[in-house]
Amino acid sequence: MTPLLEARDVVKRYGDVQALSGVTMALRGGEFVSIIGPNGAGKTTLVNVLTGLLRPTSGRVVFKGRDVAGVGPVRLAALGMARSFQLVNVFPALTVAETLAVPALARLGRGARPFASLARDAEVADSVAEVAELFGLAEKLPRLARTLPQGDKKLLDVASAFALRPEVILMDEPTSGVSTRDKTAIMETLVQAARRIGVKGIIQVEHDMDIVFAYSDRIVALHQGRVLADATPDAIRADDEVVATVLGRPR
Amino acid sequence: MTGRLAPAAAVTAAAAVPLLGRDYYATLMLPFFGYSIALLGLNLLFGTTGLLSFGHALFLAVGGYTAAYLGSTLGVRSLEAMLAVALVVAAVIAVPVGWLCVRYVKIYFGMLTLAFGMLFYSFLYKFYALTGGDEGMPVARPSLLGQGFGELDKTAYLIGPYYYYSLALCLVAAVVMWRIVRSPLGLSLRAIRENADKAEYVGVRVRRYRFYAFVIAAVFGAAGGVLLVVPTGLAAPTLAYWTHSGNLVFMLLLGGFGHFFGPVVGAFVFIFLQDQVMSVTQYWRFVFGAVLAAVVIFLPHGLMGLLARRADA
Repeated sequence: MTPLLEARDVVKRYGDVQALSGVTMALRGGEFVSIIGPNGAGKTTLVNVLTGLLRPTSGRVVFKGRDVAGVGPVRLAALGMARSFQLVNVFPALTVAETLAVPALARLGRGARPFASLARDAEVADSVAEVAELFGLAEKLPRLARTLPQGDKKLLDVASAFALRPEVILMDEPTSGVSTRDKTAIMETLVQAARRIGVKGIIQVEHDMDIVFAYSDRIVALHQGRVLADATPDAIRADDEVVATVLGRPR
Repeated sequence: MTGRLAPAAAVTAAAAVPLLGRDYYATLMLPFFGYSIALLGLNLLFGTTGLLSFGHALFLAVGGYTAAYLGSTLGVRSLEAMLAVALVVAAVIAVPVGWLCVRYVKIYFGMLTLAFGMLFYSFLYKFYALTGGDEGMPVARPSLLGQGFGELDKTAYLIGPYYYYSLALCLVAAVVMWRIVRSPLGLSLRAIRENADKAEYVGVRVRRYRFYAFVIAAVFGAAGGVLLVVPTGLAAPTLAYWTHSGNLVFMLLLGGFGHFFGPVVGAFVFIFLQDQVMSVTQYWRFVFGAVLAAVVIFLPHGLMGLLARRADA
C-alpha cells in the first residue's frame, strides 16, 4: 500500500548543525506511529519538516503522492494534514467555540467572507458542537481559551487541529505537561476522536514510553538525526541498541 | 440592553446637536464623523488584526485629495461620486502598499506604513502642478444626493444637510464594520491577532487576510478623508503627515482599541478636548502628551475599557 505520508532521505541542516541526516519513514493508512528519541534527536525538526513548516535541505516529503516539502501549513491543511503543538498553543482571547470555528471556516473555504453572519452559519456551528463534544469541551464553549485549565488548553489545541477533519494528524507531545493520570484519558479521547472524525493516520512525538507502547502500531526511534529503528513495539522492546540509547534502561 | 441603548442614545444626541443653536459645537462634530469612519477602519487593522499602522493618514489624504481634485479640477459636484472614486483610488493604492506592508509585523509593519505615509506626504508637497504643493487644493462645496443647497450659506449648509449626511454615512460605516468584525473574516483576523502561527496551522491564510484588513482599513480611511476636507474647504499635505497618523493612533488608544466603539469615543473626546485645551493654552500639545501618557499608564484599555469595567462592577 502506498504510504499516506512519507519522508525520503530528508536532510535538515542549520548552519553547521545537522539536525536530520537522511531520515526515511512512512505513515500508512490506519497507522498510529510514534517518533521517539532522546532530546536533540531531531524529533521536532522532523515534525516541522513533515508539516511543511521547514523546507528540508535535501530529500522529499510526499503526502498523498504529492511533494509537499516546505509548502507551508495552510496548503497542507487544505490537503488534509493537521498538527498540534508541544507547548500549549491557543488563541488566548478567543472562546472555545470561536477557536473551533476558525478551522471549520478554513475547511469550508469561508474564512474570508467579510459580510456573512458567523452566528447564522449552521454548518460551522454543527462542526464546533461535534468537535467540542468529542473532546469533552461542550460545556466550555463560551469560555475564553486563556481561562481554561492547562489540560483543557491542551485538548483545545488538539481539538482545533481535529476540526480541520484532517486525514493525517501530527501531534507533538500531546500529553506533555499533563499529569500521568490524565495522560491516558487524553490519549483515549484523541484515539476515539480520530476514529469518529475519520483520521486515517496519526504520528505523534512522545516521551512517555507507557503511552508510546500502549498506542503505537509502529515506533520510529531517532538518534542524532538518524533513524535508529523503525519497527513494531515488540520488536523495539527486543532491540538492545534502541533500549540502550533511546529508552535508557532495560524494559 | 445597555449594549444597544448606548449607541442609540449617542446617535439621537448627535442628531440633536445642530438643533441646540450652538453652531460652533455642531461644526466640531463634522470632523468627528470623518475621524470616526477612518478609525473604525484603522481599528480593524489594529484592534482586530493586531497590526499598528503609523501611516494611516495616507489614506485620509487620498480621500481628501481625491475629493479636492474631482471638485476643483474636474468640476465634479456630487459627494457620492467623490466618495465612490475616493474609495476606489484608496483601494488601488492600498493594494501595492498593503501587499508590501503585511509581509512584516509589529514595529517593522509600523515603520513601513510610516515610510509610505511620508512618501505620500512628500509627493503631495512636491508635485505642485497636481496637488497644489504646500498650499493644498481647495475643496468646492459638493452637492448631496443631487441637491446643491445653493440657498444656504456655508455654515447653514455644513450644520444642516452636510451634518446629517455625515452622520448617516458614519452610521452606515459603523453597521458595515460591525458586520465585518462579526463575520468569518473578522473571526479569522482575531485568530491572527491572537496567535498567527497557530492560525496558519488551522488553515488561516494569515498574510492574505492581513492584506484584506489593510485594504478595508484604507477604504474607510479615504471615506473619512473625504468628509474631513469638505468643512475646511481644503486638502492640505498635512493630512498625510506622520503627526496626523500619530493623532489617529492616539484617538484609538484614548477610546480603547479593544472595544468596537472605542475609536468613535476616542475621536469624540480627542476633538472636543483639543478644542477646549487649545482655547485655554497654546501649549496644547504639551497637555495632550501628558494625557496620552496618563491613558497608557492608567487606562490601557482606553475610556471604553473604563466604561466596560464600570458596567461589570
